[in-house]
Amino acid sequence: MDLAKHWRQRAARYRLEGQRHRESGLIRFPPEQPAGQAAEGWEPHMLSGAGTVYSFAVIRQPSDGYEVQSPAILALITLAEGPRITAQLTDCDADQVAIDMPVEMVTRRLRDLGPEGLIVYGYKFRPQVGG
Amino acid sequence: MHNVYIVGTGQTPVAEHWDRTAVSLAAEALAGALGTVASARVGALYVANALGGALHVQSQLGAAVATAADCCGVEATTIEAAGASGGVALRQAYLAIASGACDVVAVVGVEKVTDVLDGRLETGLALSGDADWEAIHGATATAQWAMLMRRYMHQYGYEAADFAPFPVNAHANGATNSNALYRFPISADKVRVAAMVADPLGMLDCSTVADGAAALLLASEGFSRELSGLRIRIAGSAVATDALALHSRRDPLWLGAAARSASSALRQAGLSPSNIQVLELTDPHGIAAALALEACGFAERGAGVQCGREGAIAPGGATPLATGGGCKARGDTVGANGVYQVVELARQLRGEAGKAQVSGARMALAQCLGGIGATAATHILLAE
Repeated sequence: MDLAKHWRQRAARYRLEGQRHRESGLIRFPPEQPAGQAAEGWEPHMLSGAGTVYSFAVIRQPSDGYEVQSPAILALITLAEGPRITAQLTDCDADQVAIDMPVEMVTRRLRDLGPEGLIVYGYKFRPQVGG
Repeated sequence: MHNVYIVGTGQTPVAEHWDRTAVSLAAEALAGALGTVASARVGALYVANALGGALHVQSQLGAAVATAADCCGVEATTIEAAGASGGVALRQAYLAIASGACDVVAVVGVEKVTDVLDGRLETGLALSGDADWEAIHGATATAQWAMLMRRYMHQYGYEAADFAPFPVNAHANGATNSNALYRFPISADKVRVAAMVADPLGMLDCSTVADGAAALLLASEGFSRELSGLRIRIAGSAVATDALALHSRRDPLWLGAAARSASSALRQAGLSPSNIQVLELTDPHGIAAALALEACGFAERGAGVQCGREGAIAPGGATPLATGGGCKARGDTVGANGVYQVVELARQLRGEAGKAQVSGARMALAQCLGGIGATAATHILLAE
């Protein structure tokens, strides 16, 4: 059921909360958990959710548990702040998607872990509304 | 470091082995590699397997295979590095001889996937990526290669049809390999019109995962002189890693671990890419082969696809690839791929590859990748 894991990642998944380095201003996502010296200077930072499509593919042979969403559009998205992430595209058809298209983050259901489990929510991206 | 030689090879056909267990396939391949050498001579056993634990097929395959192969009690290790398991296991075996710790060691790569249905297999394959930041979004390895293909097409101005020469070449060669999963040729037209698996990747540019086992017997210089037959020396051996998640790579189209391990292995062997006469790469799709060719230095960035278009990957070309059928036609045995690759290259160096023979082949390169290249293992083989 992985309850602890999904709880641990909730800030990143629901709010796109990454990290910003106090001195260099560098922003990273997902957040990391370095130890000792490497941890210094990093503080939580909520990313804007704006990005562009680096590339995408339509998944027609899904993994277990993802059949309901099939066919789904998987994308690599370059966020406005610099980091690149992997997420599904939503609220659009594959033929409406193009590389470099502006997108924005929305919170959606990623997986339903069944009657004994929890519903995992997280980020997906849709074509930027209002251009 | 002592010299290390490959003195025996064995393999089962790649197929849907409904009536066989992983352990029995492994034992069969190992028996083939041992030949007349007594199993009691094996000082250590390295078992490469990617999915046994994930698919609930079997864990601790090292111990299980040792018993089944009549080496009960021998030092045995199971190695997992997704699709790079075979090459990483070979690296460990190489080090055991090179260090002087052992005289004779065996490597067995085995994968058993047909006991589970497609969805569970896709989930198992997706474990090679980042579980928390890729797989949770439904990412599959195939979809990730597909995204790289689309980006590559966009950046360098290619169409999907430009990748067809890779599976066409693989099938032409697979037709001559009696152990291959698919032994029939396919045409570029068939590749072009095939149904989509993960747009823009079509079904005929996607490998099929199936069951199989392949094995190698490695020995020190002294032991190798006790045996007859061509001596094949492992002149270079290197493993490298990269960021696990594709999105964490600075340039997702650059397979950094593949580049580092290839350059290190070639340097160790005192060779450059132009010396290599026959290659085995992780090639479940044309895009994977193209990117690996570029990372290893066989083609400039954005020109890997040309190797296919210009016929360089055919047995008579400059960079013969997939002479045994590759992932696409020989079959994709995931953790065992890296061992099947070396078995094929040994066949080439011995001059026993029939219609797919690369004339006068003496220097070969084998590279296998874990996932989208988060782990890469490269070995250089030299016929002596």
